[in-house]
Amino acid sequence: MTQTKKYSTKSFDCWDRAKELRIDIYRKLAQKASGEKDWLVASGGTEGLIGLPAGLGDDYVPFGGEPYGAATSALGRSEEMMRHCETKGYARDLCGYCRNYLGSIFGDKFSFGGKYPHPDFYFQLHFCDTHGKWYQPAAAYTNKPYFVIDLGASYRWPKWHESDKRKENKFNYLVTQMHDAIEWMQKVTGREYDDEKLAAAVYNEVMSTSKWAECCELNKNVPAPMDEKTMYAFYIIHVLRRHTKEAVEFFNSLYDELKDRIAMGIAGVGHERFRMVHNSQPPWYALHIFRYLEKFGVVCLGSQYDFMLSGGWEYYYDENDVPHVRAAVPPDDLKEKIKTRDGAVRVLASWLLDYGLQIRSFRFPMIERRNIDVSIARDWNCNAAMMHLNRGCEGWAVGQLEVRKALVEAGFPVLTYEGNVADPREFDEARTFARINAFMESQGLQRLVD
Amino acid sequence: MGVIEKFQDIYENRHEYVRDWKSRNPKGKVLGCFCTYVPEEIPYAAGVLPVRLVGSHEIEDETGPYLFGMFCPFCRDVLAQGLEGKYGYLDGICDGNACMHLLQSFEAWGLNVEPKPRVLRVDTPSSTQNPHCRKYLRNELGCFKEDVEEWAGNEITEESLDRAIAVYNENRRLMRDIYELRKADNPPITGLESMYMVVSSQLMDKDEHNKILRDALEELKDRHLDREVGTRLMIVGSENDDVEFMSMIEQKMVLPATVIIDDHCTGSRYFWNEVIPEQDRLQAIATRYIARTPCPAKDFPEYRRFNNILKLAREWNVEGVIVIQQKFCDPHEIDVPPLRQFLENHDLPTYLLELDVTVPVGQFSTRIEAFIESLMEDLIY
Repeated sequence: MTQTKKYSTKSFDCWDRAKELRIDIYRKLAQKASGEKDWLVASGGTEGLIGLPAGLGDDYVPFGGEPYGAATSALGRSEEMMRHCETKGYARDLCGYCRNYLGSIFGDKFSFGGKYPHPDFYFQLHFCDTHGKWYQPAAAYTNKPYFVIDLGASYRWPKWHESDKRKENKFNYLVTQMHDAIEWMQKVTGREYDDEKLAAAVYNEVMSTSKWAECCELNKNVPAPMDEKTMYAFYIIHVLRRHTKEAVEFFNSLYDELKDRIAMGIAGVGHERFRMVHNSQPPWYALHIFRYLEKFGVVCLGSQYDFMLSGGWEYYYDENDVPHVRAAVPPDDLKEKIKTRDGAVRVLASWLLDYGLQIRSFRFPMIERRNIDVSIARDWNCNAAMMHLNRGCEGWAVGQLEVRKALVEAGFPVLTYEGNVADPREFDEARTFARINAFMESQGLQRLVD
Repeated sequence: MGVIEKFQDIYENRHEYVRDWKSRNPKGKVLGCFCTYVPEEIPYAAGVLPVRLVGSHEIEDETGPYLFGMFCPFCRDVLAQGLEGKYGYLDGICDGNACMHLLQSFEAWGLNVEPKPRVLRVDTPSSTQNPHCRKYLRNELGCFKEDVEEWAGNEITEESLDRAIAVYNENRRLMRDIYELRKADNPPITGLESMYMVVSSQLMDKDEHNKILRDALEELKDRHLDREVGTRLMIVGSENDDVEFMSMIEQKMVLPATVIIDDHCTGSRYFWNEVIPEQDRLQAIATRYIARTPCPAKDFPEYRRFNNILKLAREWNVEGVIVIQQKFCDPHEIDVPPLRQFLENHDLPTYLLELDVTVPVGQFSTRIEAFIESLMEDLIY
């Protein structure tokens, strides 16, 4: 066995809390399905505006299609759900999450057990080609009302003719629809909308997404205090429930714990000697590939995906015109700004359009999507990159090979492997491991442990 | 050369046409449009020639380093032609925020194709059902107009917009008039010829296309095709500019068939709606692009496209619908099962084909013949 430095490592103190926060959502959805408790459930994409229905009441539970699709895959139930979807005539190359979700409806099954939890309504922010379409058959099949907010094209990157006039038009378009959505939600639920609850949701969303970005920044440290497989257990909290007080508290405690780990020299991967940035979602049914990397002393320390999903990041150029990303800073007068409904809506719209870099990449990737990965690779002290050529998500595949090219040009070797975020039938495990072996050999890395 | 041959000639010699246009308009710029949501009236008003980037249907090996294999064959085909230098005459390219597949080609073209074109973009709304999208698009078109003026070096006046709208509206009207002729029991124009007509309109100066259309309308009124019409088919789906596919249906099968009407963006969706003039020209143009028959990518939360398809099928007396879909296109793929169900609930049989860059003629013709056979009760009984 090759000798190398061994950092101390330990499991996270906040691990159980993270697990509880994740499971809480699905437990409530199961209760809804069984009739045990009639939570107010809105289902749709988790990107963007899951905080908006919070004004309907404390019993609101978001049922996010993408994390549910991922969880279905991780639970090993994709093939079953996808079969339900495909026998209805849906194509096998359709978005993997979408097939898992629609399959749950058509088969009337919930991946965590029991029946599909019929939501009270569907609510969607459309930002990728699939999202607005996905809940059309869902709403039609379950006979539930459906509202879509159209993001249009999001903001452009700074250097692509994005005038203030153009930005203002996009901002106003989004804000107007958010107000419409509130009126619509009141109508379909028969509930009064509470602006104070909205203010709290917006405050929590801004604070928790910003804090998660700060947590990710701490992974610049050598050794990295978190490895990517562990990060998946944390990032999902701001995907599922970033609008809640619990999320803010969780990320504050995670941040403190990460600082402590850095101070004490505790690593995510004990044998860390080679640092990689990942690209795209992982194959959720095969997360053990990250553990396999550890045998070579490799740590994957994050990706544009788990860093930037659900916002909270600023893209900027330094004085030498070199692009970077950093945690977005909440406005100083945040509490003042969100005192009215319109104020809260504007803050949320602004936070999304200014700092929702992932959404921006989906609609207009250009050189900036490449720049983001290169800046992570460079600023997070990486040696190489690992890229999941992901057949299950059009959005994350947009610009992906351009990203690969940019990384290589910037001096970061790229290990690519093909798969599908949610469909295990499109993943060749043996071939993936063979590619990892070959790549590690090319980098002069032998296995440290068996 | 007859009028139909003229359409075909433009289709087959599209690059020669544009080079000739440039020699006749030395100051004119050419804008490659990635989608029919680019409001062509605006660049046209600035003296620019908008041309749509359509398929070549040739096997390519250029796009591998730029487009991951899960992107649709059409967007790969388009990009390949750029990388192969076939569109070296383009001064600019423009995307209409239609779909992420073409967006991917657009991005890769802008970054990798030489000579580097000017990259323009219209940030159209993603849903055309939103009550605020008309106003949003009007304001976006104001920004786009400024971008085009700066790039083309020409001011776009109200007069030039009026002229562009008039030319485009005439083009749409004439093509609709010709589509009306296809309602006849023995239509004077085939589906393939209609495809040549519509695609050629996307590839050339509309003013010049209008002249051919006027002649065509006259000629077609007295044209009698000496062929069996057979089963009257409708084609619904993604972009289709594939000669081999269309000629297979109409010329190469034992059981005769004719494509009578269509719903796709190299067909009726491109030209069906006119700009209704109003004082604010940009609002009028915006309204037209919002009100046009939508691409599935922009048709939500309701399925508004479906009723339009049914209306066309009824009016053109369609007997069967072939649903064609570019592989990997999520918006179409999500629409396909409910669309087929919807049509079949209205007694319109459907058949699904998944398209790639090239067509497996033997396999497809067998499948379509089997479909047609299932429609012909007299053959069975």
